[in-house]
Amino acid sequence: MDFLNAIILLLNYIFIPALTYGSQLALGAIFVTLIYGILRFANFATGDMMSFGTMVTILFTWYFQSIGISLGVLPTALIAIPFAILFMIIYMLFIDKFVFKYYRVNKSPPVQLAMVSIGVMFVTQAVVRIIIGPSDQRFFDGEKFIIKAREFKEMTGLNEGLALKSTQVLTIFVTIVLVSLLFWFLNKTKTGKSMKAYSDNEDLALLSGIDPKKIVMITWIIAGILATIGGALYGLDKSFKPFTYFNNMLPIFAAAIVGGIGNPFGAFLGGYVIAFSEIFLTYAYKKFFMYILPESMEPESLVQLLSTDYKFAVSFSILVIVLLYRPSGIFKGKVL
Amino acid sequence: MIKNLNVIAAYSIMMALIILVGIFQSWNVALSIFNLCLISAVMTMGANIQWGYAGLINFGIMGYTALGGLAAVLISVDPVQEAWRAGGFDILMCLWLIIAMVFAIRFILKNFEKSKFRTYGIAAIIVAGIVIIRITAEPGIEAIEGVNPAKTGFLGGFGLPIIFSWIVGAFFAGGLAFIVGKVALGLRADYLAIATLLISEIVIAIIKHEDWLTRGVKNVIGLDRPVPYEVNLQTTDWFINLVAKFNSGKLELISNVADKQAALNQLVIEGSSVFVKLCYSGLFLIIVIILLILTQKALYSPWGRMMRAIRDNEEAANAMGKNVVKQHLLIFILGSAIVGIAGAMLVTQDGLFTPGSYRPMRYTFLIWVMVIVGGSGNNFGAILGGFAVWFLWIEAAPIALFLINFFTVNMSDTNVFKIHLIESVPYFRYLTMGVGLLLIMRYRPKGILPEKIEIK
Repeated sequence: MDFLNAIILLLNYIFIPALTYGSQLALGAIFVTLIYGILRFANFATGDMMSFGTMVTILFTWYFQSIGISLGVLPTALIAIPFAILFMIIYMLFIDKFVFKYYRVNKSPPVQLAMVSIGVMFVTQAVVRIIIGPSDQRFFDGEKFIIKAREFKEMTGLNEGLALKSTQVLTIFVTIVLVSLLFWFLNKTKTGKSMKAYSDNEDLALLSGIDPKKIVMITWIIAGILATIGGALYGLDKSFKPFTYFNNMLPIFAAAIVGGIGNPFGAFLGGYVIAFSEIFLTYAYKKFFMYILPESMEPESLVQLLSTDYKFAVSFSILVIVLLYRPSGIFKGKVL
Repeated sequence: MIKNLNVIAAYSIMMALIILVGIFQSWNVALSIFNLCLISAVMTMGANIQWGYAGLINFGIMGYTALGGLAAVLISVDPVQEAWRAGGFDILMCLWLIIAMVFAIRFILKNFEKSKFRTYGIAAIIVAGIVIIRITAEPGIEAIEGVNPAKTGFLGGFGLPIIFSWIVGAFFAGGLAFIVGKVALGLRADYLAIATLLISEIVIAIIKHEDWLTRGVKNVIGLDRPVPYEVNLQTTDWFINLVAKFNSGKLELISNVADKQAALNQLVIEGSSVFVKLCYSGLFLIIVIILLILTQKALYSPWGRMMRAIRDNEEAANAMGKNVVKQHLLIFILGSAIVGIAGAMLVTQDGLFTPGSYRPMRYTFLIWVMVIVGGSGNNFGAILGGFAVWFLWIEAAPIALFLINFFTVNMSDTNVFKIHLIESVPYFRYLTMGVGLLLIMRYRPKGILPEKIEIK
């Protein structure tokens, strides 16, 4: 019984939260990696683009709530997301046309594009804060829990409860569906394949008649979808605050690079690598050992490898180590 | 003279703008803008050395600034004897352990061939070292943080004059830059950017959470000043006489003695804070001028030419026998050290150290905007960038407020839209910065004062 308790404990405090957080990071990381692979620059506006998408989702959610549309047990934001995506794609294409295109056409070095993306970051951040303000916004409605900790205890008779939030299930489910669709698109359709070709070797792709304008446009569209959904899921699960989204850019970058930048599958797994290591290393295992060890050997301290304050530092340290020993990332992205 | 006309014109406009603020808002505001402009200028000079001279991208400016600030605390605060007695021994032990660890790793690196075995050995040493350090440090840290936590709860510093911290800050930042440079300089430009950004976040995380060293988010306040305090000035005779002399024209107009005294008191209070700020301005100006002379000399020296050669064509410079890796490391350390000075200056001026306030927007990206807008590779441009961008950063909100009021003059004051806009005035500074950066990058990619190399 103690053994089961220990497993439930790990599931509840490590596995499920890490899987959720990892999914949110993974979507962001694929976004970064796509932009890097096809448009060839590190997009420092990632976090703020996600917060822009989330903001639009929130605005639509509020609108739907005010006219009385809801999905019952599911959050209203789900209906708002498609509209937000549309809006976001327009925003992305607008930015591309008026900002990034010039540098792409002139074949500027990637660093210059990265600097330009900092300009976009400032502007997007300002727009988000001017429209919705810098404070916390919650826009979740519907049923909060699928399984409540107390119910689970009553059901199974265990000491440890397992709480399963609906946003967690939703996040994981949506991520899996979206990522599968994306990989299907990239690997099976003609457009997807031409995107890969363009990312691999631009000149060769142009020679074989691939239209760069179309590739770029589709990249921004996919990026818009990923940014909006990733941001909205994060906002539903935790809460929406522009500053947090800006900060999330850093673990997202870490995930993309750890997975091998330019490699979408690597980015997907990189998100989970980052999330799991963050939570594994900062969790206090005291209770876990209390369950599995005999009473005489119970630990006195918290058995925590690092204090939770260093959560972000963990992912950055992983990144530094990866950059040192395997700069192309775990799953072989572009060699730097 | 004619060829430097644009420099002179740009600086005159900048000075005129600050003087205008002095006339229309107050001299206090103008001087505090001016002081922060000077500090920003030091930071941009540091970033400019790395980016403009050598083409190295460093997004870790925040980390070096914070280390400079930490130096100010460690130098100027009096040592907390009780805390040293409580846990000083443990901390010193840890220090020795870290040094032993570093030497062990160096020994292995030197004496063993590169192999998997060596890598695992080093990893094992690091992991074991961290575990041992944690076990030794824990009781000491708890004891130190337990000493009067509301007021101290940390080891304190050396109790020296805070001015020394400007040098120590440079050494701290340079030391960090040495480690970062060893680790990350081999990376390609945009990866270097990301890596340095993340490393600076790690530095901030450590400063925020190692309370025994920095008090963490509890902040250190009331640091010593290198300049007189306002309260003391207000009771000093020579200062009161000075203010009276300065404003004699104004004071003579008042005939009533009591009124005259009241007016003088008011002037003394205002004057004292202006005087303190002027003292800071003097100190900062000295630093800026020294650094400007040094960096200009360096730029036109053979060393500067070599740096440009390396920047413009690494392979060719390498083929000419220049040690690119070594020079990159050197310039990375130099630039970061200058940023460290600025960090110490900033904390000196504020008189307090707040680790929570170090955010990448303010201390990394804003500085980069300054470098790009001012003109990378040109020291005068970098300083001007520091001035212009900081000025805009502060004045963007009042300007935005003015514009909003101007355009919404027809709306009533209870209009929801208008109220919302006025509430969000502070965020227009981000908009100004972003749009400014984008416009400059598009239409004047070399900055307001572009790099100009005279070949003699």
